[in-house]
Amino acid sequence: MSHTTTSTSRPAGHLSGARGARLRQARPKVHPQGERPSRRARLLGWIFMIAVGLYFLAPVYWLIVASTKSTGDLFSTPGFLFAEFNLWQNLVELSQRENGIFWRWMFNSLIYSGLGSVLMTFISVISGYALAMYRFRGRNVVLAAVIGSMLVPQTVLAQPTYTLLVNIGLNNTMLGVLLPSLVYPFGVMLGYIYAQSSVPQELLEAARMDGASEWRAFFSIALKLLSPGAVTILLFAFIGSWNNFMLPLLVLNDTRLQPVTVGLSGWSQAAITVPGLQTLVIVGALVSIIPIVIVFVSLQRYWRAGLAAGGLKL
Amino acid sequence: MSISTSTTPAGSRRAWRSGVRWAPYVFLAPFVTLFLVFLVAPIVTALYTSFFSVERSGLGFGNANESVFVGFDNYVRAFSHTGFITSFGRVLLFGIVQVPVMLTLAIALALLFDSATVRWKRFFQLSVFIPYAVPAVVATLLWGFLYQPRVSPIVELLQSIGVSVDFLAPGTVLWAIANVSIWSVTGVNMIIIFAALQTVQRDVYEAARIDGASELRMALQIKLPMVLPAVFLTTLFSIIGTLQLFNEPMTLRSVTSNVTGDYTPNMAVFSATTLGGNLNLGSAMAIILGLVTFALSIIVSVASNRRKGAAA
Repeated sequence: MSHTTTSTSRPAGHLSGARGARLRQARPKVHPQGERPSRRARLLGWIFMIAVGLYFLAPVYWLIVASTKSTGDLFSTPGFLFAEFNLWQNLVELSQRENGIFWRWMFNSLIYSGLGSVLMTFISVISGYALAMYRFRGRNVVLAAVIGSMLVPQTVLAQPTYTLLVNIGLNNTMLGVLLPSLVYPFGVMLGYIYAQSSVPQELLEAARMDGASEWRAFFSIALKLLSPGAVTILLFAFIGSWNNFMLPLLVLNDTRLQPVTVGLSGWSQAAITVPGLQTLVIVGALVSIIPIVIVFVSLQRYWRAGLAAGGLKL
Repeated sequence: MSISTSTTPAGSRRAWRSGVRWAPYVFLAPFVTLFLVFLVAPIVTALYTSFFSVERSGLGFGNANESVFVGFDNYVRAFSHTGFITSFGRVLLFGIVQVPVMLTLAIALALLFDSATVRWKRFFQLSVFIPYAVPAVVATLLWGFLYQPRVSPIVELLQSIGVSVDFLAPGTVLWAIANVSIWSVTGVNMIIIFAALQTVQRDVYEAARIDGASELRMALQIKLPMVLPAVFLTTLFSIIGTLQLFNEPMTLRSVTSNVTGDYTPNMAVFSATTLGGNLNLGSAMAIILGLVTFALSIIVSVASNRRKGAAA
């Protein structure tokens, strides 16, 4: 274990420090005595934080307010104040527009991002585990490829991927969006770091001596130890693929296959000539971020639970 | 750490050794397959495509299009494509302003959250981080409304105190986009730096405190240097993100005509690929953009390693 630990802190020490920190130690909340700032510092701190809070939350607050307004009120009443409560009508209209295409988009996003990120996380964890726990021929090549490709962002790949998909006939299909997004080198890197720091080699060997197969050792022992790290990967993978815009825009012609982001931005474009569509863009935007916020908050709870359960002693 | 040297009863050894030999390959198979098909193959395809050009052969008989090898012609065309070249200058300007502003804000917030100066930490941290959960497209749609004079309460407020601004004017729209991206990504960078701060051993600060260092001095002279690796990491990701700028300007096009189709390098690639219908030129542009990104990442990494070496 100690060997694994020291070797972790070298090659990608700052990465593990940054992302893995939350997992490693639950720090006591109480500050050491003496760290008591002056009254002026605290006042300035408050003013700064309130300004920051306003900046980051006001747009979200506006979105909620605007979602409850009719198109007429949207343009004629003060933006930050509630007017006549029209949210239910807006939702009904949102659901009925173009035979409920909005919900189809939400479903597509769920497939692309939900299913996609779960698969992405599994692939990342199992690959990171293999790289961390085994010494085998080709390991360095794979590691170098992972690190190198972390510097090649998805958007640069979008155009080449589109060209490839056209060549193999997968353009304008759901698989054409789903499959390319499963390549997630950053996730593999995180999986590698987490495996190094949280799966003791001795445990693996003990499992082998008990006659467990490699497969079994991974699924029934390592995966449990890796689950807090996996949640972190899942969060990044989910947000990353939910943000994926260029590839679906290139690949999908059929509006019924689009993720919600592409669909809404299409509506936003059409809103220039179609009155009333603006309200639907607003309500749609609100509805579309609710699942992410739920995923986000619930994963955060899981994180904290993982921290409390602990078990990760470095 | 070599596995074969570990001590095991001789009988079971052979059985698990073959498993040990094959397991890593089996475990890595899905990733490596996907990596080859959807990362290596696209790059190879793009590289190949970028050296060809589709030409109409004959006199229009039978619609026979032919791919002809043209060497570096597409690259020459990309470099003489004014929109494409201008777009690099634009994202450079964008990055010079957006990256420092965003990172300064993220660092300041991380340091504040790490000190005893602020109350309600969890609430404020969550409010800074929430925008990161809003996809860039939706964030832009949202801010798009806040920029439009007819709907925006912000424009309204500013007008009531006698300031008239047009967030979407040709000169300001770039900063309107910068604002959206600052709003979106400050939170995640703050979290990364904050997490790094949390790993620093607390007793390091004690000595400084006994020496009478103020909270501010401690933050800037002790805490900040200790999390420089995390700061470099966020800088690197921000620079890459800047070069890839696409979602925000592309979405903002639905609100303003002041964002052109080739506003950023990535948008130029996109429009060459779709509307222009020239996959070959688009491929050359994508390769150029990839190379520039890669080169810049290497420069930043080397610079950060040098700094780290100097600090150690």
